[in-house]
Amino acid sequence: MSPAGGDAPVHVTLRGITRVYPAQAAQPPVHALGPIDLDLRQGEFFAVVGPSGCGKSTLLDVIAGLAVASAGDASFEGQAIDGSVPDGIGVVFQEDASFPWLTVHDNIAFGLRELGRPADVVQAKVKYALDFMGLADFAQAYPAQLSGGMRQRVCIARTLVLEPRLILLDEPFGALDQQTRLLMGDELLRLWRETGATILLITHALDEATMLADRVGVMSARPGRFLEIVTTGWPRERDSTIVADPRFGGLTSRIWTLLRGESLRALGHTGVRR
Amino acid sequence: MKRVTLLRILVILGAIGLLEGLIHAGIVPRFTIIPPSEMASALAAILASGKLKVDIAVTLTNVAVAIVASMAAGVTIGTVLQRAAALRRILDPLFATYYAIPMYAFYPLLIVVFGLGDVPQICIGFLLAVMAVIINTLNGLDRVPRVLLKAARMHRMSALRTALRIRLPYAAPYIFTGFKLAVAYSFIGVIGAEFITSSRGIGYEISFAYNNFDNRLMYGLILFVLALVLTVNMSLHAWEKRLMMRRQR
Repeated sequence: MSPAGGDAPVHVTLRGITRVYPAQAAQPPVHALGPIDLDLRQGEFFAVVGPSGCGKSTLLDVIAGLAVASAGDASFEGQAIDGSVPDGIGVVFQEDASFPWLTVHDNIAFGLRELGRPADVVQAKVKYALDFMGLADFAQAYPAQLSGGMRQRVCIARTLVLEPRLILLDEPFGALDQQTRLLMGDELLRLWRETGATILLITHALDEATMLADRVGVMSARPGRFLEIVTTGWPRERDSTIVADPRFGGLTSRIWTLLRGESLRALGHTGVRR
Repeated sequence: MKRVTLLRILVILGAIGLLEGLIHAGIVPRFTIIPPSEMASALAAILASGKLKVDIAVTLTNVAVAIVASMAAGVTIGTVLQRAAALRRILDPLFATYYAIPMYAFYPLLIVVFGLGDVPQICIGFLLAVMAVIINTLNGLDRVPRVLLKAARMHRMSALRTALRIRLPYAAPYIFTGFKLAVAYSFIGVIGAEFITSSRGIGYEISFAYNNFDNRLMYGLILFVLALVLTVNMSLHAWEKRLMMRRQR
């Protein structure tokens, strides 16, 4: 497991990443994102915050290989990302992506079965993931029988069993209540420590970003660029009680100060509508 | 038993009892309709004698072929059309007006093409059933959430595997509705066609009994068809409910 920090090898490189949506009928082209330059170090926990519509999710889609950048270069473990999802990357989405026709167990086993792993390997890994995410009692339940938080855990477990080296999370706790979000944050930290994976978390919750990440990238209003990357300096062993740390408030307000003007600008751009 | 189920049974029993009473009282002439109790005994006699075994087997086989063919073709055509937006737009008016076409009007043509065997009946059943499957397949596939398709890309699945493992399973409850309709339409199509021109089958026997004023045989067979279709559709309905239970919160 490599420690997060300046000396860890670079895992993801972004250079001049820009995304422009081409002109539609009677609509000019939309410059959604960039240019973005970023190096993610192996094993670090990086959070991205920014005003609504600043292109955070677009950035994640480009790194995941789910969208192609209009300009710039992205690479993962030295290989260019070119519009297909590279091996070793797992994505957890904001929306519920659990498969409603499969039990929790079969949801988690889905990716492994797609890869044609032998049944005993699938069994062992799914059992580990069920235990790790606290889903063992619900293995035979269908997603519709679970709460939103539990379903999101299923999606995380489904990604986790594939042992991704880079985990991308797009506002995974956005639809959950505050207490559940804090607890899910703790689980995410535990997962991050135990797997040694690099994590990129997109969130609109400043406290969540401050609590979880080694570094927080603060993005401007559209077109999204990094205004500043704030280093939190937390120890690797940490959990949600860190919100009581005297430095927590300072870091969060530092990020908010950077964001406030941008959020106002974003509101002004789009009116009250979202 | 649930209150509504009990009431439902009471309504049906009441209607049967009323009909029985009206006929025995001579208000409805026996020449028009025989009492339900006699229909049941006539059906029992028909089944016990075994003389219509071949007709029943022929009809059920033809219905089954129409059902299976319309399901397979309907899901395949629906899946392909959902991915071919331009073709779908061209065919859209046909879908909207399909059930305005009187399929039986093509029956003479089908007999000319396929002869007097079982194929024309199967064709009518198929033609009536297939569109219900196509439309419901399209409806289900249109509803697949984008995030599930993103998840498919994350698992690096091909278009075919995405269709088989994500799109179709998600659409399954909708497709099932199409299957239920396909079963009903196949019965209607095949038995209806047997009425017109054929030499065997339940529809042919009902029509033959009708022409010979054989009320016992005619009503016995009508009861048979009714009981058969109701049983099949009720079991499909129960299955569908089980399928939907998993999806509902």
